[in-house]
Amino acid sequence: MREVHITTPLSDDTVERLIAGDRVYITGTIYTARDAAHERMMELIEKGEPLPFDVKGQVIYYAGPTPPRPGRVIGSVGPTTSGRMDSYTPTMLDMGLKGMVGKGERSKGVIESMVKNRAVYMVAVGGAGAKIARCVKRSSIIAFKDLGPEAVYMLEVENFPAIVAIDCYGNNQYEMGIKQYGRLTK
Amino acid sequence: MISAEEITDAVAGLCMEANSKLPEDVMEALKKSLDVEESELGKSILQEIIENDNIAYCEGVPMCQDTGMATVFVELGQDATIVGGSLTDAINRGVSKGYREGYLRKSVDRKPLFERVNTGDNTPAIIHVDVVPGDKLRIVVAPKGAGSENMCALRMLKPADGVDGVKRFILDTVRNAGGNPCPPIIVGVGIGGNFEKVALMAKKALLRSIGSRNSDSRYAALEEELLKMINDTGIGPQGLGGRVTALDVHIEYMPTHIASLPVACAIQCHAARHGEVILG
Repeated sequence: MREVHITTPLSDDTVERLIAGDRVYITGTIYTARDAAHERMMELIEKGEPLPFDVKGQVIYYAGPTPPRPGRVIGSVGPTTSGRMDSYTPTMLDMGLKGMVGKGERSKGVIESMVKNRAVYMVAVGGAGAKIARCVKRSSIIAFKDLGPEAVYMLEVENFPAIVAIDCYGNNQYEMGIKQYGRLTK
Repeated sequence: MISAEEITDAVAGLCMEANSKLPEDVMEALKKSLDVEESELGKSILQEIIENDNIAYCEGVPMCQDTGMATVFVELGQDATIVGGSLTDAINRGVSKGYREGYLRKSVDRKPLFERVNTGDNTPAIIHVDVVPGDKLRIVVAPKGAGSENMCALRMLKPADGVDGVKRFILDTVRNAGGNPCPPIIVGVGIGGNFEKVALMAKKALLRSIGSRNSDSRYAALEEELLKMINDTGIGPQGLGGRVTALDVHIEYMPTHIASLPVACAIQCHAARHGEVILG
């Protein structure tokens, strides 16, 4: 198992180095956005208005944190199911998004768009919200505050632990894992 | 006599506690799974889960950001008397208090289809009440996130589908879920009853302790067989491949109609949170 440290924003070089199955530690700025935030960003795109942040080279983290206790930077902040964002993702990738962090499989359309746009899909360990919160050094809501946990947060992270699930060549750890460890014949 | 206020405080406490502290049997099962897992990546994921759950417990913070919809199972003694308000209101006030004071995420939308606006206090809770003998009130609070909840399924099989049909349905449901419900999972299976009852049985089966078996040896054998089959899928921790896909399978059954074979498959993520209190 390879361990790779990366810094955001992601360059093509960095993305091309990442291979499905790698353990990754992310340092830099990432942005949370989940269902309702994606829907609103699509509305902005349709109207030709700017997004809350320039997605070029950036990493979106599919997450909706718990409220922070007083004195804390953020509450628990583990990944949510990425598949729910599949219908929005190719548009974001076409706009220059380079990385996504979530959990679970992606659709064929997303994977094709990732290969075309040279982007990487990473997963964080689902449920590990308390541990991941320790990697968040700063956090602020930059858009859609009214959406509560679904608002867009800008997070400064240090050594955020993730795993490359699908790389920019289309290698898919979900499929490779089952192939390697599956024992059922039917 | 049990006061509504007492119920509210108990529920609030359970919401906070359950979200930061895993039951011991689940924690033990996670630790044991480290010995079974062959995938290096899978092992590192299991370690990360255990580390996360320890941090949550030590710091009193939620182990997962999805602090779920609060599902509340109540056993109400038929001789118990509740004073000072309704049971439902007392529970919902408790959920509201617990989610506010515990800094838990409010994840309930007022309407499911149009105008999905957050209720802001995680109510209403999903409440199931069984009336039982005695004068006590037993409350189990089980917060459950949508990652695993969205992967649950129900099928009205034909009696002729038999045990093979049940096995196929459970396996299909688990395979379809893949990494989405945050494996290693716990699988609750309901068999029999009718459409609505079978889902409730499957959900309640999730509350049984890990390693417990159905008292009927044939169902117990089926639990073991399904557990092995699920772990032979290779889905593994977080779906990225490995030997540990499920920590356990629990089956509950009851009588059904001559024309029916309802089966429900409730999938629970590794954060199998629940806590209970007995009042009165």
